[in-house]
Amino acid sequence: MELRRRDFMDFKEVLKHLSEAGGVSGQEGPVRYIASDALGKYADDVRVDTFGNIVALKRATIQRTNESPRVMLAAHYDEIGLIVTKIEERGFLRFSTVGGVDPRTLPGQEVVVQGREPFVGIIGAKPPHVQSPGESKNVIKLEELFIDIGLSEDEAKKFIKVGDLVNFKRDFVELSDNMVAGKSMDDRAGLVVILKALKELSMLNHQVDVYAVATVQEEVGVRGATVSTYGITPDIGIAIDVTHGHMEGVSKRDTVQMGGGSAISIGPHVHPKLFQSFVDISREVNIPYQIEASPTPAGTDAFAIQITREGVASALISIPLRYMHTSVEVASMDDIKEAGRLIAAFIARIDQQYVEELKCF
Amino acid sequence: MLLKRLSEAFAVSSREDEVREILRQELKEVTNEIRTDVLGNLIANNKFNEGMPKVMLCAHMDEIGLMVTYIEDNGVLRFESVGSIDQRVLVSKAVRIGKNKVPGVIGAKAIHLQEPDERKKILKIRDLYIDVGAKDKKSAEKIVNIGDYVTFDTHFQELPGDHVKGKAFDDRIGCLILVEAMKRLRDSDLNIYAVFSTQEEVGTRGAGVAAYAIDPDLALVIEATTASDVPSVDKALYSTAVGKGPAITVMDRSFIAHQGIRERLESVATEHGIPYQLRQLLGGGTDAGKIHLTREGIPSGGISVPCRYIHSPVSIASMDDVNNAVELVVRFVESIEQKGLPRI
Repeated sequence: MELRRRDFMDFKEVLKHLSEAGGVSGQEGPVRYIASDALGKYADDVRVDTFGNIVALKRATIQRTNESPRVMLAAHYDEIGLIVTKIEERGFLRFSTVGGVDPRTLPGQEVVVQGREPFVGIIGAKPPHVQSPGESKNVIKLEELFIDIGLSEDEAKKFIKVGDLVNFKRDFVELSDNMVAGKSMDDRAGLVVILKALKELSMLNHQVDVYAVATVQEEVGVRGATVSTYGITPDIGIAIDVTHGHMEGVSKRDTVQMGGGSAISIGPHVHPKLFQSFVDISREVNIPYQIEASPTPAGTDAFAIQITREGVASALISIPLRYMHTSVEVASMDDIKEAGRLIAAFIARIDQQYVEELKCF
Repeated sequence: MLLKRLSEAFAVSSREDEVREILRQELKEVTNEIRTDVLGNLIANNKFNEGMPKVMLCAHMDEIGLMVTYIEDNGVLRFESVGSIDQRVLVSKAVRIGKNKVPGVIGAKAIHLQEPDERKKILKIRDLYIDVGAKDKKSAEKIVNIGDYVTFDTHFQELPGDHVKGKAFDDRIGCLILVEAMKRLRDSDLNIYAVFSTQEEVGTRGAGVAAYAIDPDLALVIEATTASDVPSVDKALYSTAVGKGPAITVMDRSFIAHQGIRERLESVATEHGIPYQLRQLLGGGTDAGKIHLTREGIPSGGISVPCRYIHSPVSIASMDDVNNAVELVVRFVESIEQKGLPRI
């Protein structure tokens, strides 16, 4: 028990590093080193593909056939952010969004502009005292905002160019009841689930090769998963992402419970047998879970994995998350840990026959 | 760095203890007497010089913040603002709550769950809440209380070009300037009173009582003020600009600067080659509003350091402006020693 708690602290530490690093879709570099280091601890081999996807392989410990079945685990490590569109007079930067950003969350937000070197900046707007009466009742639009980095126009143009990406700046925060907050929990939390699963698997035997993939460009159209799945050609693909957790002002119809365990998705993009296995195993080994109905296949790596090559049996396990796509996303370390256990338990239980039966409807 | 310590200290109006402690330590070596009054103002003077004019220099210690007003059954905290905050800057920020600095965040409904119409509406302070991670009210009550003060969780940092960013520059920058000035003025023959006032942000409540007690011949308030030198603002409306030197107050909503003081500040700046600008702001008030109406009236003036994004979780200022403000305060006080008090 003591040992387990210490591991758990390590995962929180890893999540902190992953969360605080910058990796806006298309420029995931700063996170890549942290993620590949972490995956390397538990894998037999780690490689990075041409897109920037990190593919870590943990080979089957029991080999019954020439070629072991392949299970792919996917969590994306890109994040939403901003992109510089113009360098204004006196060095202020205009920007647009990369991925789904609510402009209302931007005023007063600190950012890091990934120029020739990283620059800390603040998102500013017209100050209240020069606004006309009533203006403070209006939403500040994206085109009214700018980034202030304290550089003159000449310096700004020297170090920053149009097209440079900008990530939010937020220190990882430990809240009470084992909750944590920060930016990019979507989907670095998913990455930590994979790490936890690999760690558990190192103490178990398994008959399948596990391809743990940290994918890129999810936030701009699940692109990294598309190519990495093609490269791996897995028999089973499990996407680990985040979903909306209960919060004030949102109907319980649209959310799952924070701290209530992994959300196992049911819907067109989830193979019915995989869904059932996850539910059965959760019950069998006493892992908390909840079921999330996803009637439309969209928005996660499972969407891309399922329709690769001849088709891949896919599943989606999600971590409950509050305030998605803000810089203060909140998740529960308990949910992350339990999801890792669930995935490991699933992998330890499947074999060649299980994989073949997935084609039999 | 003193400004870093001052900026990162927590001191929402009426809970200025952390800043007061830092200042008390800094002033111990350079002042003769340090005392506090019933409102918590920290008052230090150089030495007592019988029969010499009394000059009061004033900067406020407190900052804007929030206060926990209610704990919901599901464990989230409702809050109101302490001082004036544009409610549109609150969402997606990290905060610290109460004496134990319990971390929390102000979240917002995910963009995916919003109706298109919702995105056109601002998020009002009454709809926002702080999430400390507590699973319910009972769990929250173990770590926070109704009435706890809340500050933004913002780090101080140096930026390029002598710029700095951090929270509460209004008016920790003023506190810094006043400390630095006192270090240089310790041997002055005038009676110099440094007043670090409380509760400025909730109606300039501290400075007036300190001024009454000291009964100075002249008062100079050192502030951080709005700089609106940002895109989409007409240059005529800049009020002040960052990096153009300290701003000398002409008038604001709370007072009209004593003409003699204002002119002396300008002539001292010119004489010593200190860049300055005039604060072209008619809104906003400062401690000078209270001080100049104390007793039979106290000649008062103001200088401020321009800060962008004031009253938000994070501001930007120029250390050049700060250093020039120190120089201006010192030279101004020295001019009183040499030429006497400014007259109208």
